[in-house]
Order: sequence, then structure tokens, then C-alpha cells
Amino acid sequence: MSGSDMYRQQILDHYKNPRNYGEMPDPDFSHVGENPSCGDTIKVDVKLADDDETIEEISFTGDGCAISQAAASLLTKKLPGKSIEELQAMDTDDITEMLGVEISPMRIKCAVLARQVAQDGAKLYRGELDEKERTITEE
Amino acid sequence: MTVSDATGLDVEAIREDFPILDRQIGGDVTAPGPDETDDTPLYYLDNAATSHTPRQVVEAMTEYYYEYNSNVHRGIHSLSQEASVAYEEAHDRVAAFVGADGREEIVFTKNTTEAFNLVAYTWGLTELEPGENVVTTQMEHHASLVTWQQLCEKQGAEVRYVEIDEDGHLDMDDLRSKVDDDTAMVSTVHVSNTLGTVNPVAEITEIAHEHDALSFVDGAQAVPTRPVDVGAIDADFYAFSGHKMLGPTGIGVLYGKERLLEALPPFLVGGAMIRRVEFEGATWEDLPWKFEAGTPPIAEAVGLTAAIDYLEEVGMAAIERHESELARYAYDRLAEFDDIEIYGPREERGGLVGFNLDSVHAHDLSSILDDHGVAVRAGDHCTQPLHDVLGVPASTRASFYLYNTREEIDELIDAVDTARQLFA
Repeated sequence: MSGSDMYRQQILDHYKNPRNYGEMPDPDFSHVGENPSCGDTIKVDVKLADDDETIEEISFTGDGCAISQAAASLLTKKLPGKSIEELQAMDTDDITEMLGVEISPMRIKCAVLARQVAQDGAKLYRGELDEKERTITEE
Repeated sequence: MTVSDATGLDVEAIREDFPILDRQIGGDVTAPGPDETDDTPLYYLDNAATSHTPRQVVEAMTEYYYEYNSNVHRGIHSLSQEASVAYEEAHDRVAAFVGADGREEIVFTKNTTEAFNLVAYTWGLTELEPGENVVTTQMEHHASLVTWQQLCEKQGAEVRYVEIDEDGHLDMDDLRSKVDDDTAMVSTVHVSNTLGTVNPVAEITEIAHEHDALSFVDGAQAVPTRPVDVGAIDADFYAFSGHKMLGPTGIGVLYGKERLLEALPPFLVGGAMIRRVEFEGATWEDLPWKFEAGTPPIAEAVGLTAAIDYLEEVGMAAIERHESELARYAYDRLAEFDDIEIYGPREERGGLVGFNLDSVHAHDLSSILDDHGVAVRAGDHCTQPLHDVLGVPASTRASFYLYNTREEIDELIDAVDTARQLFA
């Protein structure tokens, strides 16, 4: 896996022009997380449909390396219309597939940060997780 | 490029001794070692993290394992005697290399971090009193900074951080005002692993001694790259690591003045560090063995001896000149670009340059450099508080050693330009 391959057009595009970037006025839930190895931070805001199950809208704010920010941007495009169950079922392979590139082992934590934040946020919303102030992606 | 004119090192001949410098990279990194998909030459500029190991060191360790592998200080048999002699003499070799008075002043540890912890857990827990203070600096490695921070918290003592100026030098006025008669320890990094700053450790030690404080110098980036004389510095403690000076991992060194080490209680206790054990109590071995509990790093000590032989044959003064010349060249090449911020002083620096390229995160930059075969360190370099002072979450660091060339720095500059284009 080589570095420049990791920075194909899609990643750079989403890094430079992040989609769904910004705070949501009235989210059903929000959550923040960080990846201390790169100093990446991500906050997601999520609005659910009336069924309290389907993700209607998701936005993010954050700061950090291109991989973490592009992954967050791509995730906010992918999730609307999906159920919380589908979000919880997403694994690392789904993120790699979404990014369209292989991520080197040292950078996986950057790539999965936004997904982890969204998943923990949903669990907190449903009371499936003990109080957790922020998500931290570690080995 | 054969001989570096300015410094007199035969870099091409030196490189022959380091087989790893010939390998290609760029392929599968999920399994160790080269594979058929590797297609890029390696430009290794991460020597401040760890240096490579010449054949002579690997061969000395192989010889130990093949010919006289044995535990030390226990057996009366021949192999044990041979291993014991080699292990003990490694202490003499290190002592002579850094100007210590003898093996009594040289304790082998796992690394520099353990050397700091040894002093914190022996001197710190028995001598540091509430109301006293430890003065250290904003540019310390976590090995030092976290050790003093946690010790002071335990002891109810205060830790004070000497500030750095715009150029990345220590503010000596601030240091003079922070060291007072309640100061018990002054701990300074000799060469900063992030800024490259070379600190006036002899002067700092003198200031510490004027206030009856001890002086601890972190030499992890200094001993590999320049002549060091602990006697001339007059430091009470001085620490460094084997793997940054062509030696193996798993061995570090704590130098301590004999009378100080003599007075300290042991750190780790157990086998090898005792003289006499009864159910009711125990007495301790002589120095330095009192501080080396359990089976020590014997092969590593043999390797470290061979590394010192290698460095002395090349010459520490020549290595320092070579490093300075490369650091100056790298600094000036990076300074050609307005979108690059360089940290630390231009004049008199260790053989490393830390920088950031505008708008490209250090980890993204490092990934792209890796694609070009350029190995650098990206991140906080175990100096998170210093990065807070610099106002950046991370930086990229290129660090050089005796086998590096100007051409490799040119590769770095070209690769940085690729990243610049990609993110433009």
C-alpha cells in the first residue's frame, strides 16, 4: 500500500470540499471523538426520521488529516436513508470500500474515526452505552 | 557522491556496512521484510527515532549467541566466564566513550526512559520533599517530562518548565529565575529531538549546582551524534539509548556519579543485584550491579560495545560535522519555500529538522513521502507539550546520521513538492 494511492482524487476532493460540513441546528443526537495519533477530531450531528430508526440527515465538523476528514465527508453522504442497525453493522472493510482505496495499517484509526463516532453516538442515544464523553480510536 | 568533502566521511563505504539501506520499499507492509511488490529505494531520514545497525554490530551479537551465550555472574563454567567478562567490559567501554570514571558509574537499563524512571523511583521517592521543585524545560521528551511530572505529583513537589524563545532556544533568564534554593533537580535535554536545539548543559549544570540541586541531562540525541564528556558537563546523571547509536534495541545507559549512585536505594530488586539474602532481609551488590536486577541484556551489551567501536573508528567529531552539514543543507533547502515552517534554530543544531508544510497534515505528508521511499517521523515526537507551545498538533521531522547524503535530502524536497502539488 503506497501513500499516493491513498490520496486518490476522491479523498482529496472530499478533504478540500467536505460535504455536509457544519453544525446541525436541531439534531436528535450528537457525539464527538478523536484519534490522538493524528490529533484528528470529529463531531457528528444526526437527525432521525419519524420512525426514530432511519437516519435522515447527518453532518460533521472536525479537524485533522485528509484521511479522517474525507472519511467523515463520505460517511455523511452514505448514511442518509440507512437504519441505525445498518450503521452499527458497518465494519472497517465497509469504510475501506467507501474510501475506494486501501488504507495503510498505521492510518486505519484515521479512516474509522467518523464511523466510530456515529456508532457510539447512536448507542448513547439508545442508552446502549454507558455515559461516554468522547470516542477515542486506539489500537 | 562518495566522500563528503566538508566532513571527510567516506559515506559510500559506510553505507556498505548497512544492508538495510539497500532494500526497496513500497509493497506490502502487513508482513515484515521485503517482498516482490517493493519497488522504491529507501531514503531513511528517521534516525532520531532509531538508527540502523551495521554488520559489525549484528555479527558481534551473532558471535555471542553462537560462541559464548551464557548467563552472567553465575556460572563457574567457561561460557559464563566469557560472557561475564564481555558484559562487564561493555560497561568499561561505555564509561570511556562518554568520559565517566569507570564501570561503577554506568548502569545498563532498557532505554533512556527507564534511566529516568530509575532515578525518579530511587532518588525521587526518597529525597524529593514536599515544597521542593524540579526544574525542567518545555522541550523535554515525554521520557523526562512525564517522569518528573508524575514524581512531583506523588511527592507534593512542584515541577517548573523553562520556556523557549522564538528561535527554539532555552530562555536562560527564565531558567535562572526558576532555579532557586528549593530546587532539588534540574533536568535538561542535551539536544532537542524536535527542535534540534543544542542546550548549554554544562552552564545549566553549573546553575543547578550553585543552588545545591542535581543535574540530569537527557543525552538520547546527543551521544549518538557528537562527542560527549559527562565529566566536562559535570552532570550528576546522564542517560541515552543504544538503538539510536547503531546498537541494538533493549539497552540504554544511565550514567550517575559514583557517590550518588552509592547512596541511592536499589530500583528493581531480585536476582543478580543482591549480595546476601536471608528470610529477614538482603544486602546489595556493588555498583553498577546493584541497579541491574535479573538477567541483563547481555547480547545487547556486546552489540553496544561493537557500536561504540564502529562510531569511534569513524570518529565522533567527524560524525558531528557531517550531521551539522546535512542539517544546515536540509534547513536551507526547506527554507526556500514560503509554505514551509521550520522549527528550531538555524545555527548550531543537532542533525535533524522539524517542519510543517502549510495545509498538509504531518501524517498525510509522511504517507506521501513514504510513497517516494522517504522515511521520516510525523507526529508529536513524544513532545506533546512542546507542540502545544509551537501551536501545531504535529510536525514532520527528517533526521540524519553518518550514512545519509545530500542527495537523500534532495529526494525529501522533491517528495514534499509532490505532496504540495497533490494538495494544491
